[in-house]
Amino acid sequence: MNLLQVDELTIRYAASKEPAVDRLSFSIEAGDSLGVVGESGAGKTQTALALMGLLPAHAEVSGSIRFAGTELAGAPPGLLRQIRGTRIAMVFQDPQAALNPYLTIGDQLRQIPQAHRLCGKAEAKERALAMLNTVGLADQHRIYHAYPHQLSGGMRQRALIGAALIGEPDLIVADEPTTSLDVTVQAQILRLLRELRDASNTAMLLITHDLGVIAGNCERVLVMDRGRMIECGMTRAIYRSPTSPRTATLLAAALRIKSKPLIAPLPPDRATVLQVSGMSVSFDKYGEEQRMNAVLPVSLSLREGETLAIVGESGSGKTTLARAILGLLPPDSGTVTLAGKRLSPTLPERTRAERRQLQMVFQDPQSSLNPAMRVFDIVSEPLLVHEPGKEKAALRAAVHDMLQRVGLSRAFIDRFPHELSGGQAQRVAISRALIVQPRVLVCDEAVAALDGSVRQEILDVLRAEQQNTGLSLLFISHDLAVVRQISHRVLVMYLGRVFELGDNETFFRRPRHPYSKALLNAVPLPDPDSTFADQPLRGEVASLLSPPKGCPFHPRCDLSIARCQDAVPEIENIGGTRVACHRAAELDLSY
Amino acid sequence: MNAPSASQPLWQRLGESRPVKISLLLLFLILTLSLAGPYVSPHHFAATDFDGRFIRPTVDGFHFFGTDDLGRDLFTRTLLGVRVTLLVAVVASLVSLGIGVLYGATAGLIGGKVDALMMRAVDALYALPFVFFVILLMTVFERNFWLIFIAIGAINWLDMARIVRGETISLKHRAFVDAARLSGLSAARILWRHITPNLLGVVLVYVTLTIPQAILVESFLSFLGLGVQEPQTSLGALVNNGVGYMEHAPWVLIVPAAVLAVILFCFNFLGDGLRDLTDPKNSAQ
Repeated sequence: MNLLQVDELTIRYAASKEPAVDRLSFSIEAGDSLGVVGESGAGKTQTALALMGLLPAHAEVSGSIRFAGTELAGAPPGLLRQIRGTRIAMVFQDPQAALNPYLTIGDQLRQIPQAHRLCGKAEAKERALAMLNTVGLADQHRIYHAYPHQLSGGMRQRALIGAALIGEPDLIVADEPTTSLDVTVQAQILRLLRELRDASNTAMLLITHDLGVIAGNCERVLVMDRGRMIECGMTRAIYRSPTSPRTATLLAAALRIKSKPLIAPLPPDRATVLQVSGMSVSFDKYGEEQRMNAVLPVSLSLREGETLAIVGESGSGKTTLARAILGLLPPDSGTVTLAGKRLSPTLPERTRAERRQLQMVFQDPQSSLNPAMRVFDIVSEPLLVHEPGKEKAALRAAVHDMLQRVGLSRAFIDRFPHELSGGQAQRVAISRALIVQPRVLVCDEAVAALDGSVRQEILDVLRAEQQNTGLSLLFISHDLAVVRQISHRVLVMYLGRVFELGDNETFFRRPRHPYSKALLNAVPLPDPDSTFADQPLRGEVASLLSPPKGCPFHPRCDLSIARCQDAVPEIENIGGTRVACHRAAELDLSY
Repeated sequence: MNAPSASQPLWQRLGESRPVKISLLLLFLILTLSLAGPYVSPHHFAATDFDGRFIRPTVDGFHFFGTDDLGRDLFTRTLLGVRVTLLVAVVASLVSLGIGVLYGATAGLIGGKVDALMMRAVDALYALPFVFFVILLMTVFERNFWLIFIAIGAINWLDMARIVRGETISLKHRAFVDAARLSGLSAARILWRHITPNLLGVVLVYVTLTIPQAILVESFLSFLGLGVQEPQTSLGALVNNGVGYMEHAPWVLIVPAAVLAVILFCFNFLGDGLRDLTDPKNSAQ
């Protein structure tokens, strides 16, 4: 008998015509691992919530969910409560939100076996401590008494996995368990889940939008699209030869770090547009005496028509650096030179003509558009500022032309931002930035919030604009597969410092810095046969308030030597790559 | 699966909430009656009739709500009271809106030391005992109808300033404001085009919740005899008058008190409903 048998599961909401989940059937055997993959709106999370009996009251559910012979669809709350925690447990996407900020980690774990009357208080504490150790929180006695805010994102996700496992469930439902984490930490958490599954005989339902995450972690995969199952079968078979064209599209949209770049190489004669030298930024942190150095002196240059990608984990200072270049933040030191002319450090001091040259596209397209303005007003506003007195007809023509360039029809000009999809909103944001014909466009995680196919379209728009107008891009991203596709050069940052700066081909073939190599290793590949990084980078990014002495990366680096603990490495030129590592010259980190 | 309604303009979604619809309808009805009523009613609000004191509510002679201790028609007087009470409340709320929004938005936008100084001044004003302040004003400036507006408005703007300041600070850090700065917009234009329109929702909700507060304060002052002067009246003054005849002519108390209660209910429901509509977290229901 199957552990979980779902038949014809349908979930409807009165507000929408289409069902959120439409006649979905699948099964999981004991110890099995099933990956559910699909873009946003595919019904993945709805399915997970239905399994847990956590759907909102106004959802109409039909069909059958049989778990170990018990029907869960329409089961009374008492029965569901018995099953949750001890038979089926859930790991949520955002560990910060899923943990109660007022209870210590230990209390949150301990109360699960206690609530289910599996054991008394003393034994529950023993179990919780043992569980913390199992999920890789070796310092379990300290963690037991810690509150969630005292832990890093990765540690919180480990604790949450511990909370899911402590009731010794038969099935774990993990909904995007690594989406809010950095790639290096994602690799750690995925490895932990794999090990735990091998050690116990727990079945797992892993929900994700990332085909790479499924490839290395699930034997079977179920592909969903708009509430329906597209196909279901062995991961290897489906990845090799998908039977449905929709799966094939999804697989094609999954970027591969080992693919060829889509971007044409830059002709060597291009002039430098943007020159940043010695830029540093620090912040006052509330309640702390010393200032937090978010960016230590960083220099970079950007040529006409070039894309420079800035990569690094969260807290590396990528966004802060970009904001300082744009003049949105006052830098401590450093200069920005645009086309040979030195700019004032902050926006209000820059002239209108100077401001026009540097524009930005933000991560969240919805929040970067004023909800009270129509698309036409949003896109035309910068023109009104820079070319006052422009005829109304000419303005309209310019907006139409701009929207057409980013692939939006005229029908959109009267819409409000909430009437746009994520991809459409991002096109509008790009239009607003490009309508004043800037020389440099800063994209801060501009495609991170978008689904695979939409992401590809937006990247195509940016690439086309660059081809046609010679636009230079400063492309901030944590996603190395995207970077591989569209950048000419790659700059790696860590705790406010530049670790490596090299051209695309060299960086992806032969990274010089151990950190670059670790980042590359951590990217999950959408290929079930690839050897997944078995030794993920350990630990997490240190706090900016107390960066490690010497090379800031040495506590996480497997290759560190005594010198790394004392001296901060200078940036040197090694084989055409600029790299800051004491051992760069002797190491071969070919990828 | 969130309904997209959360981000739709507020006025398009008024119909979604039943309490809001009913409250708006009732308020509209009461307002129309109070504006038209005194002209339609055969009785003048100040006309006394010593043969017709304490008439019970009746259709005869068109004393729908009866008459009071001086034989004045209570229907006409209640409608007049509604008019005065609503006027005081709305004007007082507009005063608090004007001062509060200007003060709060300025503090929020400028930030830093100016902000800290301005908000400490608000804290200091909070410490002022309100009733004492009003009685002081009344004794210094004599009893003046307009003074009541100003007194109430001058107190209520404190809350408004705090709310607007908080909202401005959160708007200031939204990506679309950064985008506007990068587009080269001036600070004034950013304030006008990008901050103010997005403040409207929260301000509107808060005003509908300030109005009942102002009504209560006005009634309270009138009840203490510090409000409007006879033969002008307000709901609070009518209630005050009615208390004296509670035993043998209860309608003199009950009628204005009931109307006051209905108006307060309507504004509170309206404010609550609007708050739910503007709160994106409530979009699922």
